[in-house]
Amino acid sequence: MGNYEFDLWVFMLAAFLGFQLIRGVSPLLHTPLMSLTNAISAITVVGAILITGERDASLLSRILGFLAVLLATLNVVSGYLITDRMLKMFKKREPAKK
Amino acid sequence: MKLDDTLLPILYMLAAMGFILAIKWMNSPATARRGVIVGEIGMLLAVVGTLLRFEVVSYQWIFVAFFLGSAIGVPIAYIMPMTAVPQRTAFSHACGALASALIGTAEYYKGIHLGTLTTVEMLALIIETLLGFLTFTASLMAFGKLQEVLPQRPITYKGQNFVNLGIFAAAAVTGIILVVSPEHAALFPVFTVLALLFGVLLIIPIGGADMPTVIALLNSYAGLSASAMGFVLNNKLLIVAGALDGTSGLILAIIMCRAMNRSFSNVLFGAFGQLQTTAAASEARPYRSASPEEAAQILDAARTVVVIPGYGMAVAQAQHKLKEMFELLGKRGVNVEFAIHPVAGRMPGHMNVLLAEADVPYDKLREMDDINPEMPNADVALIIGANDVVNPGAETDPKSPIAGMPIIQAYKARTVMVIKRSMNPGFAGIDNDLYYMPNTIMLFGDAKAFLSSIVKELSAIGRAA
Repeated sequence: MGNYEFDLWVFMLAAFLGFQLIRGVSPLLHTPLMSLTNAISAITVVGAILITGERDASLLSRILGFLAVLLATLNVVSGYLITDRMLKMFKKREPAKK
Repeated sequence: MKLDDTLLPILYMLAAMGFILAIKWMNSPATARRGVIVGEIGMLLAVVGTLLRFEVVSYQWIFVAFFLGSAIGVPIAYIMPMTAVPQRTAFSHACGALASALIGTAEYYKGIHLGTLTTVEMLALIIETLLGFLTFTASLMAFGKLQEVLPQRPITYKGQNFVNLGIFAAAAVTGIILVVSPEHAALFPVFTVLALLFGVLLIIPIGGADMPTVIALLNSYAGLSASAMGFVLNNKLLIVAGALDGTSGLILAIIMCRAMNRSFSNVLFGAFGQLQTTAAASEARPYRSASPEEAAQILDAARTVVVIPGYGMAVAQAQHKLKEMFELLGKRGVNVEFAIHPVAGRMPGHMNVLLAEADVPYDKLREMDDINPEMPNADVALIIGANDVVNPGAETDPKSPIAGMPIIQAYKARTVMVIKRSMNPGFAGIDNDLYYMPNTIMLFGDAKAFLSSIVKELSAIGRAA
């Protein structure tokens, strides 16, 4: 079995899992969901680190990788923080005050 | 060496589990914040694991980029007002997509230099960079439209779809040539430019009302691009995380399309929301209007009020005044609920976030299908800055541009009140019969100002009683 065949299986199963999980998300939380998945997809930072940190990376690789690490970090940081900021606002009921 | 073989795969697998749980826990507001935490832990494990890999030896560039990214990201997260959430989302799609396109580019030149690229890798790489670059410019365009730097109305010209498809075909053909023979390095910049250009052209004919679908679709593309990168790097974590993001965006886009009774191609190529100049020049039809005082009295006399917010509420920043009204009416024994149409606003869930920001309890936010059966029992339907999503023409007029679109059936309420600036047709330029119904009362003015007046009147009534 070739590597890519294995990868395709992983992709297929992950996509089905994704469909099932996302269908369970209440429309109430669609905006935070989008910012959360946005932060998660910034996992590209892994690829960016590998490109940037290699011993014999060319200057071009280093520059492109540097920018990619920067952009992905930006998404990770602001994505998680904003998702949390939004979720904090969702409250069930006002604390009873008279 | 040892670390890479044993520990790293486990770290990556734990990270993937964290992401899966994070999304799973988003199914309820009660668990959602826990989800963010496991997502963060997952990301941390993945990043630390990657930094420890033996091939990563040069750290200074990486840490400078970490620092700069955080220095920009943290202020954005804290300073950004909630009304700017759609723009922020478009912006982060642009960042994410560009990151993955740049990595793809670097991988390509590295692979060319070493001569190691296989056809499968090259195919994944082309998909990664194509989606990355086109999503980058498309998201920037969406950002511009949402920020109103660019006109929100769709811009169309003759042969537009032909030009767009032509550019896309050119990009695809260039991409295929590169897959077959990667050594034609001169074609790569051509491919890049075509992909960037297609992203711009794709968004030009999209109107503001279609933004929820388009944002969701761009979310999906950015995720799929990350997944394709996983194929290039042979990294399962990237494949899984990208697939989760890709399906998430896709499902949201499908939900949005269904909520408008339209197809993907209609959203992308239909240029919905152009001025319908052909529509019968609106002859003056009679309608009723009322002052804030009268509106307050009607609301006070009601038992059930359903508020239907739309993009206009976001523009006027009226959510906090709305909350005050909600509280005052609640104290006077009026049951107030909020009916949220899936495509109200500029992104999926937009209204919910704004109302949550104003401290409206989320169990008062009701979905369209949930509340429609109860609309005939509502004494008042109060519409704030929504138009198409309450237009009865969608149900009655088969020739209407929005025919068949599911709506919130405000017209079934005993009294309908509409806060609106003037009688001008809304964003999509579609006339709305709701405004001329005998039980409809128009409340003219800025949504925030008008709600303030209502709140003032209601407090006066409360004191008098």
